[in-house]
Amino acid sequence: MKPPPFDYHAPETTAEALTLLAKYGYDASILAGGQSLVPTMNFRLAQPTVLIDINRIPDLAFIRSAEDGGLHIGAMTRHRSAELSPLVAEHAPLLHETMPFIAHPPIRNRGTLGGSIAHADPAAELPAVMLALNAQFRLQSQRGERWIAARDFFIGLFATAREPDELLTEIALAPLLPRTGCAFREVARRHGDYALVGAAAVVALDAQGRCEHARLTLLSVGEGPVDVHAVYHLLSEEMPSADVLRAASEAAARDIDPPADIHASAAYRRHLTRVLSEDVLTRATARARGSH
Amino acid sequence: MSASYPIRVTVNGTVYEHTVEPRLLLSDFIRHELDLTGTHVGCEHGVCGACTILLNGQAVRSCLLFAIQADGHEMQTVEGLADGDDLHPLQAAFRETHALQCGFCTPGFLMILLPFLEANPHPTEAEIREVLSSNLCRCTGYQNIVKAVLKLVDGGK
Amino acid sequence: MATRYFGKPIRRNEDPRLLRGQALFVDDVHRPGMLHMAVLRSDYAHAQIHGIDAKAARERPGVVAIYTAEDLGDLNQPGPLLVAPPPIDGLVFHTRTQRPLAVDKIRQVGEALAVVVAESRYVAEDALADIVVDLEPLDAVADMEQALAPNAPRIHEDLDDNLAAHVVQEKGSYAAIREQADVLIKRRFVYDRGTAAALENRGIVADWDEKNQHLKVWDTTQAPIPVRNGLAATFGLAESQVQVIAPFIGGGFGPKIMFYPEEILVPWIAMQLKRPVKWIEDRQENFFATTHERAQIHDAEIALTSDGRILGVHDVFLHDSGAYDPYGLTGPLNTQCTLLGPYDIPNYYTEFSVVFTNKTIVTPYRGAGRQHGVFVMERLLDFAAQELGLDRVEIRRRNYLTPDDFPHNHEIIFQDFAPLVYDSGNYAPALARAAEMIGYEKFINEEQPRLHAEGRYVGIGIVSYVEGTGIGPYEGARVTVEPTGTVSVATGVGTQGQGHFTVFAQVVADLLGVDVTKVRVVTGDTNTFHWGTGTFASRGAVVAGNACHAAAQAVRTKILKLAGEKLEVAEEDLVLENGRVFVRGVPQRGIDLGDLATQANPLRGAVKPGTEPGLEATSYFGPERGATANGVHAMIVEVDPKTMLVDIQRYVVVHDCGKVINPLILEGQIHGGVAQGIGNVFYEQLVYDDQAQLLNASFMDYLIPTATDVPHMETDHIETPSPLNPLGVKGAGEAGAIPVGALFAQAIEDALGDVDLGGHNLKICEMPLSPNRLFELTHPEARGAA
Repeated sequence: MKPPPFDYHAPETTAEALTLLAKYGYDASILAGGQSLVPTMNFRLAQPTVLIDINRIPDLAFIRSAEDGGLHIGAMTRHRSAELSPLVAEHAPLLHETMPFIAHPPIRNRGTLGGSIAHADPAAELPAVMLALNAQFRLQSQRGERWIAARDFFIGLFATAREPDELLTEIALAPLLPRTGCAFREVARRHGDYALVGAAAVVALDAQGRCEHARLTLLSVGEGPVDVHAVYHLLSEEMPSADVLRAASEAAARDIDPPADIHASAAYRRHLTRVLSEDVLTRATARARGSH
Repeated sequence: MSASYPIRVTVNGTVYEHTVEPRLLLSDFIRHELDLTGTHVGCEHGVCGACTILLNGQAVRSCLLFAIQADGHEMQTVEGLADGDDLHPLQAAFRETHALQCGFCTPGFLMILLPFLEANPHPTEAEIREVLSSNLCRCTGYQNIVKAVLKLVDGGK
Repeated sequence: MATRYFGKPIRRNEDPRLLRGQALFVDDVHRPGMLHMAVLRSDYAHAQIHGIDAKAARERPGVVAIYTAEDLGDLNQPGPLLVAPPPIDGLVFHTRTQRPLAVDKIRQVGEALAVVVAESRYVAEDALADIVVDLEPLDAVADMEQALAPNAPRIHEDLDDNLAAHVVQEKGSYAAIREQADVLIKRRFVYDRGTAAALENRGIVADWDEKNQHLKVWDTTQAPIPVRNGLAATFGLAESQVQVIAPFIGGGFGPKIMFYPEEILVPWIAMQLKRPVKWIEDRQENFFATTHERAQIHDAEIALTSDGRILGVHDVFLHDSGAYDPYGLTGPLNTQCTLLGPYDIPNYYTEFSVVFTNKTIVTPYRGAGRQHGVFVMERLLDFAAQELGLDRVEIRRRNYLTPDDFPHNHEIIFQDFAPLVYDSGNYAPALARAAEMIGYEKFINEEQPRLHAEGRYVGIGIVSYVEGTGIGPYEGARVTVEPTGTVSVATGVGTQGQGHFTVFAQVVADLLGVDVTKVRVVTGDTNTFHWGTGTFASRGAVVAGNACHAAAQAVRTKILKLAGEKLEVAEEDLVLENGRVFVRGVPQRGIDLGDLATQANPLRGAVKPGTEPGLEATSYFGPERGATANGVHAMIVEVDPKTMLVDIQRYVVVHDCGKVINPLILEGQIHGGVAQGIGNVFYEQLVYDDQAQLLNASFMDYLIPTATDVPHMETDHIETPSPLNPLGVKGAGEAGAIPVGALFAQAIEDALGDVDLGGHNLKICEMPLSPNRLFELTHPEARGAA
């Protein structure tokens, strides 16, 4: 299982990387953490003729808090850095809660947030979490740069809105509203495996305890992360009682079209969706109530 | 496409200068270019962990890195653990508790435990099993590996 | 004679090397000028081969040679039948074995079409893509029952159908007693495919020395001596011209005892090119090119009296052989015999058909068919217990053979071709001990009802089995006292982690009174010892261990005789201790063993006729039949009713393998066996589509259990020695893996027994399970729903 040959470039600045991407476009693959790319190359399922190694660009790895309380994370931030970051724990508790579910420590030592997001595996945790947090992604190219919301970025199975000459360089997370609670949960066959189903919830309450904002996203139940719109409609301005949350979780299970594969049937995925949705919505709500 | 590049790496304190094809996996480089065959290859897709080494002090899967990526960096492999005739305390603990049978996965387990124990000097059994779940063993059923780690950390108390 | 080491948890002699990463595995071997081989394998399971064009591949820089079936000439014969079928009346067996490279048609995915030899494995794999193969896909058959249906695609055209073998064995008459039964339980059981997935893939390095006309081969084999003999025969060489070394092996578990096409190809190519050649299997290849095990379908019935006594068992089953059947009938024979378990079963009818399918060949893997027998028997007993309102432990106890029943001849032919005779056993105490350790009574009477009332689905399982081990034909050992005082032991069984370097040293150290760390064991090198068969069927400690014992005993005799002469004392007055032989009570009047060895090999003087120089002896041990070990496994599980995830809260093993040489090593074998059992039962399954394409050929999708999936195991031992060998030992290597399926099924049924299934009764008659499958079984309305 040896990889096929490729031309190798290791730019040391973002500008250099963008020049290479402009030149090679579709023929190039970006080597970030490599934890998803290299296995596919070893299996010879992916055979890029050009590899652009962005691990030597120092500007791409950072975690900074913004003045408004939000977070800016460089695309080459390793999972492990995010996992251990006090800024992430404070400003993006949903992300903090999710990180330990991503594979195992040696994978997290190399894997990057940007790489996982750009790879858009429907079974990956980060796309669903980014969607739940309404993350904004910065895409740079020689033609300029743009910011794109997560909901517009994930467009299909392993497909994103990133053009071949664009590099994902930064992730921006807005500050959480007051009285916001988040929760994540997944069910996997073994610790660290891709989830059979995963769910992320963000619930914000107003001063009376009614739901001001609610978002539920799912992984492994569609071609990409799934945003359960029904949840927002069911919870908006409601008191999030157990009955309301259960109804929302049932709506989530109804509204998806989950795949069947060797690990789980569609029916089982639907069932897990209902179970996990109820769980994360309940815990997010409890946390929202408990927060200041 | 068959261009070669010079690289300079430090492994177990020794500096090596070699010329490599970009696609040469770090696992193959360590084993066959540097003749450090203690690091083993079990799957070449990053799941079994037999190829685990330390790169700048962090545990990584060497089968998921290209040798060229290690240029200018420091690595540690299992051959760097013992001090002459003396086994590293973790190695000694493995021996005491029969934490290895065929020994093929063992270097990978040793390497993943080193940084873990440095960061977690008093882990619970659950925490130990969680980090061990990063790697696969087909012989031991893991119980004696857990025992080795517990023995080591208890000995430090 | 003091037993300083026998029975003690001695640390392993081989560990420092392994821990330092200094132990030699096959892929560590490097020879000057070595080339690398890659194999072009079929992507189709069933196809006609119309042509192979390797022209472009040959022209790729770095490629040294390409071989197709044509290039092999006479070498490309179907391989030998490695294990003949047993002498059973009416047996049907059609030998169909693989050629090194496929000719005319492909019968399984992964079958070899051509090999590339290049300067590196990287280039060799590049060249594989250059080779153009004209394959016409044929309809493939993946399912055993479909393979036997009329008009099924024919896998071997010269046969009338896809039946590979058919065997019937009988004891007493089931038909006669059936009428008298108070209870008849009939069920179908399905046990699906798995693979050993040793961490080290297979590999071979071959080096032909043209000047000395000598072939040296490193091979990840469990059977270096038969490999050597096979290579010598194939290439027309004397056995002494061939050396096969099985160095440290990264796990064997059975499939590495098979003789594979690559084991012929790599040496042959080395001899053609006159350069060393290395082939290392990669993980993806391993899923196709290394043998599998486990797929069987049973239709079984048990007849009992109203007080739960077994009158008889009737079992008809199918065994999936894959595309060929080079390894005979070991698996299904094991099933037939192991089904009988620790029970007194006066009437038994057992029939199997071996079926060819377009899947990878099936050969023994840890348990080797015993799992299926235990699954069927234990499940039938569980269902019988439910129907009769009997406790699970009680129904087993009632049917156990008692210590007075031994030796017990079951009359069914076992894999060693002799009727299965249980040598010794004492089953009831093991059952009682396991029940006690897991707190069976308290659990079912107090804890379980309380937890069920709280809405928690907890269950308990307890199952028992008997395992045939330690079969012949024989193994040998040579023990030598060196002039340094070190003792060398050479034997033919290879080692894949079972601690042979230590276990054999313990036996020898005790007899010769030396420190166990001063006994140096060499195994797996045909130049050092070349008589024997290999490591399989839980026989290493029994057969080779006893050979070491016999040889050490012979050396001890020599020591006493010579020392008696030199010290001028009677042999009875001599003691062997701390590497010295001395007069009892007068330690200063003695000789160091090293010095004695030197004196036994004089450079001058006369050696008496009929004596041998040195302190060395070679002995062989061949048991008249296999020894039978037994055990009981018990488990408490909790099933999360929302997710169907299963948490193992306690796992208990009580095991009886006779006398125990090294309890540390024995426990390790049990732990490893249970872990593989848990894998086979709850995580691992080879999934095929209807064209026999394997859908999960990677560790991402074939799930090996990790440290968070395998529980802490509590073990205890009972020792009922075997009368069949001087050490009183029985085999233990496979035991842990054998009853796990039956255990899971029982415990999970127990946990979910109260679940409202809308009138359905949860009866688990299949392996493996998974959360998904448990969901389907408990939500029948969901099956077939979108």
